[in-house]
This record gives sequence, structure tokens and C-alpha cells, in this order.
Amino acid sequence: MRLSGHTALQIREKLLSREIQASNLVGKLFTRIKDIEPDVQAFITTCEKEALEIALEIDKKIASNQKVGLLAGVPVAVKDNICTKNVTTTCASKILRNFIPPYDAFVVKRLKEEDAIIIGKTNLDEFAMGSSTENSGYKITRNPWNHECVPGGSSGGSAAAVAADFSFLALGSDTGGSVRQPAALCGVVGIKPTYGRVSRYGLIAFGSSLDQIGTFSKDVKDAALLLQVIAGYDSYDSTSAQVPVPDYLEGIDSGVKGLRIGIPKEYFAGGLNAEVGVAVKDALKLYEKLGATVVDISLPHTEYAVAVYYIVANAEASSNLARYDGVKYGYRTSESRGIIDMYRRTRSEGFGNEVKRRIMLGNYALSSGYYDAYYLKASKVRNLIKSDFDAAFEKVDCIMCPTSPVPAFKIGERANNPLEMYLSDIYTIPANLAGIPGMSIPCGFSNTGLPIGMQVLAKHFEEKKLLQIAYAFERETDFHIKKPPLKSSSV
Amino acid sequence: MKIDKKTIEYIANLSRIELFNEEKETFVHQLSDILAYIEKLNQLNTQDIKPMAYSINTTNVLRNDKLEPPLPREEALVNAPSTMGVFFKVPKVIE
Repeated sequence: MRLSGHTALQIREKLLSREIQASNLVGKLFTRIKDIEPDVQAFITTCEKEALEIALEIDKKIASNQKVGLLAGVPVAVKDNICTKNVTTTCASKILRNFIPPYDAFVVKRLKEEDAIIIGKTNLDEFAMGSSTENSGYKITRNPWNHECVPGGSSGGSAAAVAADFSFLALGSDTGGSVRQPAALCGVVGIKPTYGRVSRYGLIAFGSSLDQIGTFSKDVKDAALLLQVIAGYDSYDSTSAQVPVPDYLEGIDSGVKGLRIGIPKEYFAGGLNAEVGVAVKDALKLYEKLGATVVDISLPHTEYAVAVYYIVANAEASSNLARYDGVKYGYRTSESRGIIDMYRRTRSEGFGNEVKRRIMLGNYALSSGYYDAYYLKASKVRNLIKSDFDAAFEKVDCIMCPTSPVPAFKIGERANNPLEMYLSDIYTIPANLAGIPGMSIPCGFSNTGLPIGMQVLAKHFEEKKLLQIAYAFERETDFHIKKPPLKSSSV
Repeated sequence: MKIDKKTIEYIANLSRIELFNEEKETFVHQLSDILAYIEKLNQLNTQDIKPMAYSINTTNVLRNDKLEPPLPREEALVNAPSTMGVFFKVPKVIE
């Protein structure tokens, strides 16, 4: 059996019908990872021994007809900013190099309860600050479709792990596009759920009014499966929403007849790569053929979203990252004169440049005399951006646009210009500011063979609708089935 | 808003971050660029707009004041760079 040709749902079926065994599957998976990972560099930590132990337990459960969970035997990769009990969680930062969490994040607990097999912790931009996974304190992840290109970020390791068939599913986090943009650049499916839909307990905090844990998968049904497992109320996250979780797979094939799709003109303006524009417009034509109506809309404050985001996210980050002080956990400098000097040296040696830049920007925006001009102003414009979406959803059921203005860019191309890097999130940031759910699905390829993603946005808590809309497209197309040109592996 | 080296030093101190001279120069340029871009927010009149912090309705989360098993002390201390008995150990606090 070849790993690459299967989805999580298909694997689960084969495990339950005893056609394959979880231990055998995990063995094959790690053979593949050993063959190809040197070219991709998706993982910071792999958990082969632990994964095999769990797999053997699941094999026993299945063999003795015990009840098993929704993800029984399915390998899952987890972004390394999500805490895993007894497994190092670095956030791709030197400051957390030796941090071993004494507890599991809510989502990790849920994976384990449903008998998933966690195979490793994936690379990211340090503290999830970046759009290319180049800002990691450990390694640069490469795009499986072209090793000279970035996988996107910040959840680049998770996206690459699914695209390279190292894992069937993966978890990421999305503060300004960090699930959707790498999903688009790596040709996989990514969901950023509604703010509050998935508990952030155990997610290392970046921008707390924006952070949300999301999913990576090879197709839409697998996305529904993984979201089913991680969604829901958790009393350990005070922003967790007490909204019932529907059955995401039920009725996923309902189609899009009568669906009103909003096309925001601001998302098709200057800066959009022509090939991306064509791929998304072709997708819209297919939706029309399937019975949907396309409506032109306007989200007039779109151009201010990046500016608002970099004030709000960094203000929150500067506060969240104040906890890295070399006292309770993490790195501490070897020598210092007094406690303030220890803080300074610890943080200067432990954080990378992008993290320092953002902490400083955030502290500046919150500092005495500048709060009104920056933070308060940004919070007000944020309200205008949310109101744009509220008004749009009076007229349409969903919004479609490109996920990223460009396909994967070259490693190093944007590394020295932070502002240019920030602008790569221009289409994904507004959803975080408004708290609405968004999804990226494969919708084409560039002339050079790089994947292109389309973004679908809906109202708060309408993930089920997003999945139905995405599935209607996926079953008519084969973009999600194409595989990257990786070095050959026996499995 | 123009950022100069003095401002960078001021924010670095607030942030408890130490910078080398060359780093300060780079940060002056990069933060100035970013802040110049952010200036575009001033094109909008927001006088009557309410600031927004959370995108969904949030309510206070209350629970009964019931004891739950805490993280055991040994586990809470295990990741600390330096400990002494049941304490986190830090360098001298009072000069």
C-alpha cells in the first residue's frame, strides 16, 4: 500500500477492517520521513518510538473489538507551538529549546482521546511570527513542490508535512493567515475556524484576540474529520465559545445550488499575481456552473487591515512574550549582574530578530503618549473592517478570493524586508480581525508547477457551510490529488 | 512618526532587550518603514467609531470555587533554569 494515495478517512477504514495495522503504517511512514525529510525539513521533533507504542496499543484495541476513537490509528503532525506533554515544545525559538510541557494542550488531549497517533512536532516561524517559516530558530522548511521556495508560514512545517505525505493530518495555528497561506502555497486544504471555536488552552500565545488553532489535510472530508475532533467548548480557555458543534461530515455533499458568492473587488486589485487571479476566476466559473450566483461586493476597509493587524497583533505579542524572563521555564543567560541584566541578556540571546522587532513595535504602540495614536486607532479601524464583513454577509452567503496574492516565493527573497513580508498576508488578515472562519482549498497551479489556493470565508460559526462549499468544488476537480515531485521513496 | 536611535534605545529598554549598535541602525530603518506604512490609518476619521477588542460576544466565565487538582510542585519546577528547594532561584534583585 502506498501512503501517498490515501486520505485519513480511507486509512481509518482500512485499519478498522483490519486490512492494515497501525504499527505497520507508522513504520512505513517513518521510512518515508527518513527518505525525504532531509529535502523538506518539516519537523523540529519526531516521535517515532512514542508513535509506535501508541500504534501497537491501537492494533490491540482493534484486534480485540474494543471501541476506538474517530481518528483511530491516524497519524497526525502537530505544530511546535502547541504543548504536548513530555514532548519538547520549542515554538521554533531558542528561548524554549529545552521546554518540556507538563501538560497537553486541549487539542492534543482531544487527538489522544480519539486514538490519533502524534508523529512529530512541525517547524514554524519563531513564535508563529512570519509568513515563510524562514524565521525559525532551528531550520528552514522547504516547499515540497519546489525546494528553492518557501512553504509559506507560519505553519509551514505542518503544511509541508501533509503535502509531502509525511502525515495524513496536521494541526497549525492562524493569527493572520498562518494556516491558510501555507495551505495555499503547499497545495493542501487548511481551515482557520471561527475565533473561539477551538480551545487555545496549551497553544503558546501570540496575539490573543486573533489566535486560532486550525487544520491541514489532503482533502475537504479529512478537514471535516479533524475539525470535528478539535472543535468545542473548553472551560480552560475563557474565550472558548459555548456554541454546539454540528456534524461536519453529515450533508457535506449538499452542493451549492442557490448559493450567493460575494467577490470583493479589493481582493482582485493591484499586487495580485496574474496566474493566481486566473485560477480563482476559473474556480468561480465552475461554481456558477454548479448553480451558485456570483455577486460583486466591496469590503472598503481592506487596505487598512495589514496596518491594523501589525499594531494589534504586536501589542498583544509584546505583552504575551513578557513571560520569557529566564525564571520559570526556558532559556536563561549564563552570566549576569542582577535580575534586570539577566532579563535583558536572556531575551536578547533567546529571541530572534523578527520576534524582537515585533515586541518592540508592540511596546512602542502601547507606550505612554502613543497608545491613542496607535493601539486605540487600530482597534477602531478593526471595528470598521468587521462591519464591512457584517454588511457583506447581509447580501451573500460566503466570500471567495485568493488566499495569497502570489504562489510560493523563493527562500530569501523577502527575508530582508519585513514590511514586504507582512504584505503577503493581505488577503488572510481581515478574517482574523473579524473573527470569521476561513478556508483555503487547492484551485490550480502556476506555469512553474506551484500550487494556487482559493480562500472561502463565511459568517461566525459557519464552518459546516464552508466545508460543503469546498467539497462541491473538490469533487469536480483534481487539484488536490496531484502530488509534488519529491525524491522517490519505497513507501 | 520618525524613529531615531534614542527612541529605539527607549523601546528596547521597555522590552528588556539589549541591542548591538548595528542592530539599532537596522531597527531604526525597519521600524520607521513599518510605522510610515501604519500612518495610513490616519486617512480615516474614526471619531465616532467604538474600539473593538474581541470579534465574538464574550461573557465573563465563572465557576464554583471548587478545588481542582493543581499541577504538582515538582512538575511546575522541572523546567526552571535554576531552583532551590521549593523556590525558583533568581539573581540578586535589590542592588
